[in-house]
Amino acid sequence: MYDRTIRRRRLTLAALVACSLLLLTAYFGESSDGALHGFQRGVFSVFVPIQEGASTVLKPARDLVGWVGDTIDAKGRLGELERSNQNLRARSIAASDALRVNAQLQGLLNFDNAGGLAAAKPVTARVIGQSPTVWYATVTIDQGSDTGIRAGNPVINSDGLVGQVTTVTGHAAIVTLISDGEMAVPARISAGGAEGIVQTGAGGPGDLRLKFIARRYRVDPGAAVVTAGTLANSAGLQSLYPPGIPIGAVTRVDDPGTDAQKIYLHSYADLQKLEIVQVLTAAINGNRP
Amino acid sequence: MNLDYRSLSWRLGLICVVTVVFQIAAVSQVKIFGLNADLVPLVAASVGLILGSLPGAIFGFAIGMLLDLALVETVGVASLILLAIGFAAGRLRELRDPQGAIVPLLVGAAATAAAQAGFLVLTFLLGQPVPFGWALLWDLLGTVAVNAAIAIPVFLVVRRCLIAALPEDPRRRRRRAYTTGGLSPLSRS
Repeated sequence: MYDRTIRRRRLTLAALVACSLLLLTAYFGESSDGALHGFQRGVFSVFVPIQEGASTVLKPARDLVGWVGDTIDAKGRLGELERSNQNLRARSIAASDALRVNAQLQGLLNFDNAGGLAAAKPVTARVIGQSPTVWYATVTIDQGSDTGIRAGNPVINSDGLVGQVTTVTGHAAIVTLISDGEMAVPARISAGGAEGIVQTGAGGPGDLRLKFIARRYRVDPGAAVVTAGTLANSAGLQSLYPPGIPIGAVTRVDDPGTDAQKIYLHSYADLQKLEIVQVLTAAINGNRP
Repeated sequence: MNLDYRSLSWRLGLICVVTVVFQIAAVSQVKIFGLNADLVPLVAASVGLILGSLPGAIFGFAIGMLLDLALVETVGVASLILLAIGFAAGRLRELRDPQGAIVPLLVGAAATAAAQAGFLVLTFLLGQPVPFGWALLWDLLGTVAVNAAIAIPVFLVVRRCLIAALPEDPRRRRRRAYTTGGLSPLSRS
C-alpha cells in the first residue's frame, strides 16, 4: 500500500512535470496559429466575460483597498506637496504682482501718450512708503534727484493727478498728495471751463473740494475736473501742473449758482492704493494750455 | 471518515477559478507602495499544506495552467513553478507536519519567493528580456513581504473552504502523524 502510493505520487509528479515541459516546448515550437495558441485564445475568450463581471463586482472592494493605499501614499507625499504648494503660491503671487504692475505701467504709458505728457520727461517710480495716518497725505517714492526729480514736480498715475514732490533726496522723494490740507491745485471744469482751486474736503481720503467757482457757472455732478495749467501771462506765476491732467469727478454741489456754492469731487486716482507713479520733471511751454 | 473526492474536487476547482479571477480582476489592480499581492502561490502552498504533496502538485499544475491561459502567457511556465510549490508545501506537511501558527506565513513567504525566482529563471532561460536592477529586486522583495502579510488569512480561507471535505484527522492536525517520510493525509482515509 505504502509503496504503491509512493510510486503513484512519483509517477503523477513526473507526469505533471513532463506535461508542463511538453506544453512549454510545444507552445514555443508552434506558430501563433497553432492548436495550443488557439486553445489559449478560446479559454481567454471564455475567461474575459467572467473577468469583466468579476472586475465590476469587485470594483468597490478594489476602490476601498486602493483608497487605503492611496491614503498611505498621500500621507507620504503630503510634505513634498506642501513644499511644492508653497513654492507655487510664491510664484503665483509674484506673477499676479507682476501682472498688476504691468497693467499700471501700461496705463501710465497710455496716459502719457494720450495726454501728450511724454515731453514732460516723466520718471516712473515705485511707492516704497506711505504715511501711516488715515488720510495717507504723503508717500515715499524710490526715485530722487539722481533721476532729475525736484521739489514741486507734479506726480501722476494712470488715473490722474496724485500730488506734488515736496522733499527730495538722491534716491527717494516725498510726495504730498492732493488730499493733503496744504495742497491747492489750479483746476477747471473740463466741459464748462470754469476755473477754481482744488483743495482737500471733508469726508474720505479721496474727497476734495473745488473752490472759487464763479456763481455764473453751473456745475453738474459727474463733471470732470482737470488741472488748469498756467493761467497768468507772467512767468513768475507759472503753475506747477501741466493743463488737462484729470483730478476727479464732481460728486455733489451744494447751493448751486450762488457765491457760497460748494462743489465736492472725488479724485480719480485711488490715493490709498498707490504703487506705480510718474513724476513729471519738465514743464512744457510753461504749463500753459 | 471517508474522503469525499467529489466534494474535494469541485471545491479545489472552485478555489482554482476564483483565485485566478480574483487575482486578475482585483488583486493585481490594487497597489500599495507600488506593490501588489500574488495570491496564486499562496493558495497553491496552502492547498499543499492542507492536503499533501500530490494534491498540492496537481492543484499547482491546474492553477498554473489556468493562469497561463487566462493571461495569454507562455503555457507551462506557471504550471511548472506552481506544481513544484504545491508539491514542496505538501511534502513539508507530510515529513514535518509543522503545527505552529506562523507556519503558513513562513511557507507563504517561501512559496512567493520561490515563485518569483522561478519566473525569473524561466523567463531568462526562455530568452525573454529580464529587467535586472534594483527596481526588480524591490518588486520581488516587496511582493514577498506583502504576501507574507496576507499568507495566514489566505491559508485560513483555503482551509475553511476545504475542511468540510477533509477526513477527521487532517482537520484536527494535532498529532504528529508522520515523522519518517510518510504519505499524504488523504491516502489514509
